[in-house]
Amino acid sequence: MSGLRAVQPRTPRLFPVTPSVSIRWAMAEERPDSELVRLAKAGDLSAFEGLAMRHERRIYTVARRITGNEQDAEDVTQQALLSALEHLDGFREEASFATWVLRVATHAALKVIRKRQGLPTVSLEANTEAQEGYDTVPHPEYIADWKESPTELVGRHETARLIDEALNELDEKHRVIFLLRDVEGWSVRDTAEALGLSEANVKVRLLRARLQLRERLTREFGDPARRFEPHRHE
Amino acid sequence: MNCEELLAMLNEYVDGGVDPGVCEQFEHHLAGCNPCQVVVDNIRQTITLYKEGEPYELPRPFRNRLHAALRAKWREQQAS
Repeated sequence: MSGLRAVQPRTPRLFPVTPSVSIRWAMAEERPDSELVRLAKAGDLSAFEGLAMRHERRIYTVARRITGNEQDAEDVTQQALLSALEHLDGFREEASFATWVLRVATHAALKVIRKRQGLPTVSLEANTEAQEGYDTVPHPEYIADWKESPTELVGRHETARLIDEALNELDEKHRVIFLLRDVEGWSVRDTAEALGLSEANVKVRLLRARLQLRERLTREFGDPARRFEPHRHE
Repeated sequence: MNCEELLAMLNEYVDGGVDPGVCEQFEHHLAGCNPCQVVVDNIRQTITLYKEGEPYELPRPFRNRLHAALRAKWREQQAS
């Protein structure tokens, strides 16, 4: 199941797109995805719009985080929802609608990244680096208990800015793996298959991503009074 | 298990994929090594922060375009 917390339905007041959309959303708001899928398959456009409105922020977020680009994220979001609409009849509901449409969006976002190959970007493909082993994983330097828990930090605008900054500082090949594994909840095998990597590569890149993000965020959120010097046991 | 070995096993431990014998060694090390314990806590906190972060709002002009495109596609499908 995907990582980001489920987006709760919002009132139309928060999304004043057009009156017709708002009215449709109000009708769809209380219904579970499975019922909206059933209604949409039966020809109810408002039910499909209800699904789109419920999940579009998560779709846009994963697309923006993977591609690192607002324009690409918009293209991917639109492509994913149009594709979902087009293939709705074939959606067998073995997974939830959210899982299905987020998978479509994630693959579309990965395709955007692959298209960038040849441009000055980091390859997601085969391991061409010498520094991919665990022996060269960077060691934690700034080690401290955080001043606040993630629950306390998560709702703040400043936190959102800092975690975005930290994510964008990762190489693309590390960022994508962190997003697929830790945010979207993909298995190591699925991540490896989607990216054309070995599972061993996925694991070591994930460790590097986690350690780099930990280091960066602990420098922001760590309590200097509860800092520990790194040491090694021989 | 020393700190280096622990670092190499960090993913599996955090993801719950370590076999019980190794898990015991891992936890024995953590019990006597504050820096490693804090690193493990920090990693878990980091993952939680990203998983539970608020998703972005769609830019309003894009949202309007998106829904117009969905309605157009729907009409196109109904017509065919």
